[in-house]
Amino acid sequence: VGSPATEHMKMLCCLLSLLTLACPSAADYLDEPNLGSSLLPHYEHDHADAVGSSQDTRLQIFTVDYNNVQIPYEVTLWILLASLAKIGFHLYHRLPRLMPESCILIATGALVGAIIFGTDHKSPPVMNTSIYFLYLLPPIVLEEGYFMPTRPFFENLGSILWWSVLGSLLNSFGIGLSLYGICQIEAFGLTDLNLLQNLLFGSMISAVDPVAALAVFEEASVNEQLHMMIFGESLLNDGITVVLYNIFIAFTQMHRYEEIESIDILAGFARFFVVGLGGMLFGIVFGFVSALMTRFTHNVSAIEPLLVFMFSYLSYLCAEILYISGIMAMTACAVTMKKYVEENVCQNSYTTIKYFMKMLSSVSETLIFVFMGVSTVGKNHEWNWAFICFTLLFCLIWRTLSVFALFYISNKFRTYPLTFKDQLIISYSGLRGASSFSLAFLLPGKLFPRKKLFITATLVVIYFTVFIQGITIGPLVRYLDVKKTNKKESINEEIHMRLMDHLKAGIEDICGHWSHYQLRDKFKKFDNKYLKKILIREHQPKSSIVSLYKKMEIKLAIEMAENAMKISESSTASLQRCRNRRDHRLSPAEVESMRDVLAHNLYQVRQRAPSYNRHNLPSNTSEKQAQEILIRRQHSLRQSCRKGNSLPWGRPVNATSMRYLSLPQDHSGQPTRRKARHVTFTALQVGRSRSDTPKVIKAP
Amino acid sequence: MGSAQSVPPEMRALAERTGFTSEQIEQLHRRFKQLSHNRKTIRARIVHAFFDKRNLRKAPAGLAEEINFEDFLTIMSYFRPIEMDMDEERLESFRKEKLKFLFHMYDADYDGIITLQEYKNVLDELMSGNPHLEKESLRAIAEGAMLEAASACMARTGPDEVYEGITFEDFLKVWKGIDIETKMHVRFLTMEAIAHCY
Repeated sequence: VGSPATEHMKMLCCLLSLLTLACPSAADYLDEPNLGSSLLPHYEHDHADAVGSSQDTRLQIFTVDYNNVQIPYEVTLWILLASLAKIGFHLYHRLPRLMPESCILIATGALVGAIIFGTDHKSPPVMNTSIYFLYLLPPIVLEEGYFMPTRPFFENLGSILWWSVLGSLLNSFGIGLSLYGICQIEAFGLTDLNLLQNLLFGSMISAVDPVAALAVFEEASVNEQLHMMIFGESLLNDGITVVLYNIFIAFTQMHRYEEIESIDILAGFARFFVVGLGGMLFGIVFGFVSALMTRFTHNVSAIEPLLVFMFSYLSYLCAEILYISGIMAMTACAVTMKKYVEENVCQNSYTTIKYFMKMLSSVSETLIFVFMGVSTVGKNHEWNWAFICFTLLFCLIWRTLSVFALFYISNKFRTYPLTFKDQLIISYSGLRGASSFSLAFLLPGKLFPRKKLFITATLVVIYFTVFIQGITIGPLVRYLDVKKTNKKESINEEIHMRLMDHLKAGIEDICGHWSHYQLRDKFKKFDNKYLKKILIREHQPKSSIVSLYKKMEIKLAIEMAENAMKISESSTASLQRCRNRRDHRLSPAEVESMRDVLAHNLYQVRQRAPSYNRHNLPSNTSEKQAQEILIRRQHSLRQSCRKGNSLPWGRPVNATSMRYLSLPQDHSGQPTRRKARHVTFTALQVGRSRSDTPKVIKAP
Repeated sequence: MGSAQSVPPEMRALAERTGFTSEQIEQLHRRFKQLSHNRKTIRARIVHAFFDKRNLRKAPAGLAEEINFEDFLTIMSYFRPIEMDMDEERLESFRKEKLKFLFHMYDADYDGIITLQEYKNVLDELMSGNPHLEKESLRAIAEGAMLEAASACMARTGPDEVYEGITFEDFLKVWKGIDIETKMHVRFLTMEAIAHCY
């Protein structure tokens, strides 16, 4: 934190104030939002015109019409404001350590809400049921599903399922029933809330949104099991709560309270399972279809991200047609699709998919939080001390109870039992967030006359958990000194893990003991034999070790390319010296090769190829260059092998910059190999000079 | 493979040495008997590990001709899950034992060093299920892995020495961050129903 940061802060504050000024000034032009008006420009001048003369029907030179763009304008403004707040938040170094990002978003929302309330502006209808479920929720779900680390997830799948499903059910019913008990007490004035409404509220409020907790875990790099528990819970919890919510609403709609029979309850249970499992099935089918599609897109790589997004969205919508859980479908689709899509798509599309997904989900989340802030400062509240306090209390109590009870049981079956510290952290990371609020906001008002009470209670719980628990969970994790993980991506680790898998599967086979390693083995065999043949393009590395290796090679090659710029002069100089020593005239071939060296060493020059073709991007140049360096390096290594007896392990110059020396050549490598032969290098001093000179050998 | 009769007084001695309970020994014994009759196709290297004299703690090198039940149990004891009440020292030695077992799987020529060739052989066997990989790729990956291990242990070799291979200390270093205890074990829970299926 120094003067540049404060400068930036001042600039941001100016920008912020400008933007917020724009809001109230817009309010002046508003009579009634014409949502149904057409978007064509029209020359009406009912609204105030700043430069207008008297009311004559002349052609106006300058008109203002705010109604046309009101909704997109305000939505964009909100998003921009939240983004600016995020930027400012990260500029000031101490803040991210103190509080999670959701705090800033809510604060921004509250600010916008205060402004809108103060200027008596009618906020645009950003949030209603269809918009939320159709547009705002899918990106968040997709992002969660896509970035899920599959291997740890499936290793802990049993515990995660047990914990999420039973935990949500326990929490919902527990909170609902306890609150119903409280409502029976006459003194609190809540007797008109019947059991069903309380149960519904319980299911809504138990929707956990531990994004802040996950951010803290990432930063503190806690052990994998803990991380996975929370992650898996957040993934499945959304789906489960929405399913429960819908079931309860259906109950409320279909029957009056007294007419609910046990058959309906059984039907409710059955529906729960059908919805959940059916959703997953849908998702898997769609995932496979989209993976198949990406196999054939090597000529139209610009539409690859489109395929990914559209298929996931389609899975969501198709599931919603049948009232099956779209969230589960989308999650399953993302998980299935990811493995094959990552192999098939080109590097650019892969990056695009990742970034676009992040962007969409952050936009959705921002909008929801801002809207939450907007509704905080408003007139739709009903305060009831008893209900709210008891809600908060029961949320905390039931979460702790369910954590300890469920993990006590599941620890007996786990190979790595979660310690007391871990369980404490899990029970503390039950932060509520956007999903609870949305579900509360979207309650049908006719069925729930005391909707405002629910909204208020939900908001209080959210504010409490996000601000107080969110701020204190970081220090708590550090104080408890939770077991950390030591993850680094390395080839050795990957190979050892693979060997371990086989070993375990073999040993378990010997013992006649069946476990999930057997299952995993069988699945991998099936996968290799059938699925990968169908879904993945030809000539691709079909092993995780090889793809990891390739990924790291390319990263290293790009690093080396950036370093190679520095030595380009020295190498060409010495090249010239060598040449002059050997034969004192420069033949055209050698001039050609020198030009080659120059061209190849200037990797940094980015070709600004104009892309006139809307349907395609220029092909990936940096990747080819990176491959070329590596192929040449491989070549030079072969030379050194022929000279010495073993590979020159003893002289790595700068171990960090030269770790992997070769890349598996693919079929397209042939032409570039030929070109490489024309270029010769000189042997530079190794081991003595500390600069990042790559090791090069004289070709015979 | 000889088939030993399960004799109660010997079991106690066995239990003491390998740390299994008597029920677990019963199960394993039954399974052992089945295996000796019906030759299942287990991957060669894992089988090799059973006969490796270093794992059997009999000799620093060589392969045993045949193993009896006691030897079988000795090998199996490498895969015992950790117990919650182990102290630090025992945990450390436990971990070292498991890692030594792994090390022996790589080091086929008993010299205590994993050379590039041995590493490549392991990699070959691991990737044998993947018909599309070329020999070049495997070689490249093995080289890369060796270099990575070498760079992690750079401090010990001087600038003129040639790095021979991965020794056991280096191997330990690679595994430093990974939880070997939770990964390398088999849960010897109720296996009755399954054992009878075969």
